[in-house]
Amino acid sequence: MAVPGLRHHREDARGRGLNDTGIQNIQGNHACAVAAVAAGCRFFAGYPITPSSEIAERISVELPKAGGTFVQMEDEIASMAAVIGASAGGIKAMTATSGPGFSLKQENLGYAAGAEIPCVIVDVMRGGPSTGMPTRPAQGDFMQSRWGTHGDHACIVLAPWSVKEIYEQTVRAFNLSETLRVPVIVLYDEVIGHLVETLDPGSVDTGEITTRKWAGGDPAQYRPYACGEDDIPPMARPGDGYRSHTTGLTHAENGFPSQDPTTVDRVARRVLGKLARHNDLVEQVDCYDLDGAQVLIATCGITARAAKSALRLLQDKGIAAGLFRPVTLWPFPEESYREAARGKQQILVPEMNAGQLIYEIQRLTPPGVPVAGFNRLDGEPITPRQIAERVEELLNHD
Amino acid sequence: MTDVPSAEFNIRDYLRTELFPHFMCPGCGHGIALRALLWALHELGISKDNLAVVSGIGCSGRVGAYIDANTFHTTHGRPLAFATGLKLARPDLKVVVLTGDGDCLAIGGNHLIHACRRNLNITCLLLNNEVYGMTGGQVSPTTTEARYTTTTPSGNHEPAFDACKLAEAAGAGFVGREMTLQTPALKNLVKEGMSHNGFAFIEVLSDCTEIYGRKNDLGESPEMILAQKAEFRSKDYGMERDEVFQPRSLATGVLSRNDHEEYTAAYRKHVLSKASS
Repeated sequence: MAVPGLRHHREDARGRGLNDTGIQNIQGNHACAVAAVAAGCRFFAGYPITPSSEIAERISVELPKAGGTFVQMEDEIASMAAVIGASAGGIKAMTATSGPGFSLKQENLGYAAGAEIPCVIVDVMRGGPSTGMPTRPAQGDFMQSRWGTHGDHACIVLAPWSVKEIYEQTVRAFNLSETLRVPVIVLYDEVIGHLVETLDPGSVDTGEITTRKWAGGDPAQYRPYACGEDDIPPMARPGDGYRSHTTGLTHAENGFPSQDPTTVDRVARRVLGKLARHNDLVEQVDCYDLDGAQVLIATCGITARAAKSALRLLQDKGIAAGLFRPVTLWPFPEESYREAARGKQQILVPEMNAGQLIYEIQRLTPPGVPVAGFNRLDGEPITPRQIAERVEELLNHD
Repeated sequence: MTDVPSAEFNIRDYLRTELFPHFMCPGCGHGIALRALLWALHELGISKDNLAVVSGIGCSGRVGAYIDANTFHTTHGRPLAFATGLKLARPDLKVVVLTGDGDCLAIGGNHLIHACRRNLNITCLLLNNEVYGMTGGQVSPTTTEARYTTTTPSGNHEPAFDACKLAEAAGAGFVGREMTLQTPALKNLVKEGMSHNGFAFIEVLSDCTEIYGRKNDLGESPEMILAQKAEFRSKDYGMERDEVFQPRSLATGVLSRNDHEEYTAAYRKHVLSKASS
């Protein structure tokens, strides 16, 4: 099919020939890189890992054009540390990786969560555990993305399902990270990462680009973790005269280490509660055909695209099925799910893992409504036909 | 605290004295290293507002919090990686890293060699006390052979790192070593390192009297420091001719320099300037 003005990139070794505007066939990972720069990202530190390397490759072309800095670090841990360092310096920063690298980044991710330093981490999921299947898709990092680092912590995970949505959610990741001072993870699988779809990056409506709230006023009165009604403390930029202290230790509002039980409890509850407080910004779901549906399919990423196609296959057979897709995967959109599940007689959770999302769904589904899984562990994406057949199988068992 | 210190060096102008009493044990050499660093900053006229101090985990990691500047207490072994991001994002800041022998040479060893190789304009002070003090006195990569620690009950059987040789081989623009006894010399070394346009690695021979010293009957702090004096020689002394001075013969002073291009200058020249073409 001919699309007017559609470009096919043929870039040279220096990345010349790549364009960040105009309608084009663009890979998910490239869209992520272009979106990051559009969102104001001016620092990227990364380490090569399949299937996310194209993000680093593309942003190494785009960032210098915007006056930003790309650095390939010595390892995954250093990449995460450098991103936090750059963000602490006042610059929007990002890294990208896949499962093994994401595991290595977890300690510093916890530092960013605890010290409330904005940063964006992209995890392009591949088969695991360990080296697993580097070039094959999986959705095995659903739980790691939320609970990978130790201790209670706040973080946001966004799960796009298309190239266009990778673009939108990458921009949104920066906005949320900056506004709420929280690490935001953009989580998608190898299929979407390497999927080439038609997009005009320049024409994506991303809304307003937001930047963190900076400290103002008298430096002598500044307390780095004191905040107003919104529970988000303004951040001091080094060089602006505030001379504050940042630590991974539990700290008081003055930024210095504290083990005073009352203080530790107060600060921890504020940090853990801030996302719920701003749930209107954080939560995003995408639902289809919920009204009158007998069956609800709950899933995200590429599997949700298969599920959406399965809805039509099922309708052709007279089965009314709906789709619930958490675009914000974590914090899990609990109330929206409860609403979507109301009146349904069967829930199906297809996922490319042995069953992770299903734990959240089981927890939130009313007692008596059966919740079943459909799981592929073989490095192949789940097909619409498989989902439809699984639904039919479940209904025939009644 | 004002950002305008008096002409005479007064250490309190640079300290967050509201945090006192400090956490350091009696006899710990880290306080002397801190003094030398602040003294150097004073003589160089570096603004506290423009100074970022990045540290890792351990006794060395806790020292930075006492400096009245932009201070970052990061994760174990990662201060150099964190500082790399900070300096690349904010080349206008003066960035100093405070690290220890475990932090820098064990868990963070990879970051050290690559920080040396990149030659970013950062000054790294390795406060070497030969032991993991914060966790109770376990063996470190610089523990002297045969010494006792809480994890070498039969005496340390591993050879110790020569951190300065490592830094030099990895390409650090400036490498030096000094002991805390020679505080003015240490101050001058830090000044020289901070004035070097590139990565400056300075090993400070500190002492852990309370844990390491006690475990090995090395005496009180003065005895430990005087023992260092007997074991280390200035590079200019002509060590190779001193037959008595064996085998722990480590040299002090400026040990090496090179004129490798500083990283941000190289990035501007080779990446940014070509980006629009």
